[in-house]
Amino acid sequence: METILKVDQINVYYGAIHAIKDISFEVCQGEVVTLIGANGAGKSTTLNTVSGLLRSKTGSVTFLGEPIDKLSPHKIVSRKLAQVPEGRRVFLRMSVEENLEMGAYTMPSSGVAQDLEMVFELFPRLKERRRQVAGTLSGGEQQMLAMGRAMMSHPKLLMLDEPSMGLAPLLVEQIFEIIQNLNQKGVTILLVEQNAQMALSVAHRGYVLETGRIITTGTGEELIKSPEIKKAYLGG
Amino acid sequence: MSIVINQLVNGLQSGSIYALVALGYSMVYGIILLLNFAHGDIIMVGAYAAWMCMVNFQCHPIVSMIIAIVTSMVLGVVIEKVAYTPLRSAPRLSLLITAIGISFLLENGFQLIFGAGAKTVPSMITGSDIVLGGVHLSFPAVVTIVVSLIAMGVLTFLVQKTRLGKAMRAVSEDMGAAQLMGISLNKTISFTFAMGSALAGIASVLYLCSYPQATPTMGSMLGLKAFVAAVLGGIGSIPGAMIGGFLIGIVEALVSAVGLTVWRDGVVFAILIVVLLVKPTGILGKPVQEKV
Ligand SMILES: Nc1ncnc2c1ncn2[C@@H]1O[C@H](COP(=O)(O)OP(=O)(O)OP(=O)(O)O)[C@@H](O)[C@H]1O
Ligand SMILES: [Mg+2]
Repeated sequence: METILKVDQINVYYGAIHAIKDISFEVCQGEVVTLIGANGAGKSTTLNTVSGLLRSKTGSVTFLGEPIDKLSPHKIVSRKLAQVPEGRRVFLRMSVEENLEMGAYTMPSSGVAQDLEMVFELFPRLKERRRQVAGTLSGGEQQMLAMGRAMMSHPKLLMLDEPSMGLAPLLVEQIFEIIQNLNQKGVTILLVEQNAQMALSVAHRGYVLETGRIITTGTGEELIKSPEIKKAYLGG
Repeated sequence: MSIVINQLVNGLQSGSIYALVALGYSMVYGIILLLNFAHGDIIMVGAYAAWMCMVNFQCHPIVSMIIAIVTSMVLGVVIEKVAYTPLRSAPRLSLLITAIGISFLLENGFQLIFGAGAKTVPSMITGSDIVLGGVHLSFPAVVTIVVSLIAMGVLTFLVQKTRLGKAMRAVSEDMGAAQLMGISLNKTISFTFAMGSALAGIASVLYLCSYPQATPTMGSMLGLKAFVAAVLGGIGSIPGAMIGGFLIGIVEALVSAVGLTVWRDGVVFAILIVVLLVKPTGILGKPVQEKV
């Protein structure tokens, strides 16, 4: 399988805090890969470094065969790498439709109307609320909007940071179904989750982070069965 | 009756100028959380540009006005690029101090080049009084109000409906998320400064219609009052800046109308203090949200 994202030996600091220590991993075309780990393990920091919001002091990030670690975040998005940030971060004062238009910022405007329909098909709830400001949406609807917004840029790799955070179990399942659905449509997915059980059940492969380091890796099944993982993350 | 209407028109006239300037304060604050105290001085530079065009180069008034507005716009963008961009991730206090420094630089620089004395700018907009139902309205007052309203309408359209305007709102709300949409911070912030400074340029030209003099410090009081207007309306809010501007203008006119002209500036700053004490978010301001 062809590697589309390769993260090699990155080290990220917040001032004196060394948050990411020599992390390397890769994601292949068509995969769902998950990064799991406890609070503060460095999952969001890793995603933010890939998307260019943070910078690594060392190493490299390669996407579709080209280095992206020196590019500004907006240039990285136009290379078809999208991120749904932790906590959704939809534009609360803008309408649902405007949020989606922002997602299409790197796209030619001629295709936006069609892409809106594509997102509304995925998330019919958003269509009914297209003129409503995003601040009035429920948490689940905001998560759908955040995902739909990222889809507007037709990403080849979609990075999702805790999409299940704060959602009721039924909605969590729905969100995971959509993730698998997108994957079947050819979108490669890098998924960060606290909900390790759920993440590993949909992922082809996973990496486990602990205090800024990758401590183990394997296929989803291997990790689910691993006794250490069970003990640390799956409550058994 | 006609005195009341005349005072109201005076208030709306200066109010529309305050509103145009307040918009620049508010938009810039909205996007990079900077109280841009150099903003008032852009008006002054615009006024000198108009004066040079009219007097030194004998340009047509329309050409002079356009040059004054373009000069203001370019200056605003250049200041942002040179002085504020390098401080984008610095503490906001450093940025504020830099803005005050730029203000001093402009005021003293212009005093050095052109002297402290006032330069009289030949009138660029002339016309006879407009009579409406027995009330005489001065032509510059009517032009000022109408042009300001048009400028605010255009601004509102740009911010609400265009791609860059929407990007500006997105960046104001969440800079990080906006970047993840593929929005370029540099372009969007430049656009914001260009719009705010162009409005200051328009304000400058309109101000000269009624007070045809350019001095190195003319922008500072005007800028401070517009700042009060922006705070009154709710700093960061575009409609708030417009409302705040008109309110300050009308209050000033009322204070003068009851014979307390010497208290005019004092009342404006008293409003600032009261707003900061009672409702720091202003009329339309949103409470500051902690970003997670
Ligand atoms: N802006 C910041 N300034 C300083 N330290 C930070 C900052 N953001 C994160 N950190 C620190 O970096 C480490 C990694 O944080 P990160 O947000 O990447 O964790 P995470 O795995 O995403 O956790 P969670 O599951 O809680 O979202 C933590 O120790 C955190 O305290
Ligand atoms: Mg996180």
